[in-house]
Amino acid sequence: MDAQLKRGVLDVCVLAAIKNEDSYGYKIIKDLKPILELSESTLYTILKRLEEANMLVVRSAEYEGRLRKYYHITSNGLRRIEDFKNEWKEIMEIYAFIEREERYL
Amino acid sequence: MNKKQFLDELRSKLVGLPQEDIDNRISFYEEMINDRIDEGKSEEEAVNEIGTVDDVIREIAKDTPLVSIVKHKMTPKRKLRGWEVLLIIFSFPFWLPAIIVAIALTFAAIVVLWSGAIAVYATTGAMVGTFIWGVLGFIDSGMADTYYLGAALLGFGGTVLMTFACTGITKGMVRLTKLMLTGIKSAFIRKKRR
Repeated sequence: MDAQLKRGVLDVCVLAAIKNEDSYGYKIIKDLKPILELSESTLYTILKRLEEANMLVVRSAEYEGRLRKYYHITSNGLRRIEDFKNEWKEIMEIYAFIEREERYL
Repeated sequence: MNKKQFLDELRSKLVGLPQEDIDNRISFYEEMINDRIDEGKSEEEAVNEIGTVDDVIREIAKDTPLVSIVKHKMTPKRKLRGWEVLLIIFSFPFWLPAIIVAIALTFAAIVVLWSGAIAVYATTGAMVGTFIWGVLGFIDSGMADTYYLGAALLGFGGTVLMTFACTGITKGMVRLTKLMLTGIKSAFIRKKRR
């Protein structure tokens, strides 16, 4: 997949993983595992990028005597998911067009 | 390798990055390992799932822009003293040529690598030229001079063959250039503390 496209898709995948409830690093990786293999370093980069873009906020909470970072989606993050879904509709229309044209070749 | 060994080695190899970034990354990996242990895995297993330290370093180098790595490397950890600033300014006859040489060497390496590719492109161009020249000459001679026809056929065959060579070499060069860039980045990050 084109690197730029992949980055955009991964960002939205991570946002979707924290959309319904706050989540933490390892849980995000496990939740996304059925659809994509995400390495720790990649996830770190994505989370940092999303935090800098104000699409999520981080808080530390105690868990079993140690600190764990929880990621909470912001309104910007929610909007990003909606935008992505609309962009995807456009892409699907283009895809349908390409398929149609190829059939007549 | 246990958790402490892994994190210590990772920390020592991340020395080139900003301190805050290093701390964040270390606590991120620590949490990842702890969460796996809580799930019932052994410490060894949990560390293995993360991968080797070198894998992690390579991925970090890939994700971090070269500019931000270099910028951090070039920024002193503390404010420069007056005499240090003067020293840097007045020693420019020494460091300026050094920088120019470094840039020139890198440039030369890239040119040498690409010159091979350019030779292939030039040969392809020559083949296309031969083909066109042969066709035009053949038509001009009233389709009588088979010497031109031969040249045209040779040019055509050559062009087809060289097209494959061109695609191959271009792909290879792009990959090599990417590899070089990642290499330069890793060199900046991996300055081992002894």
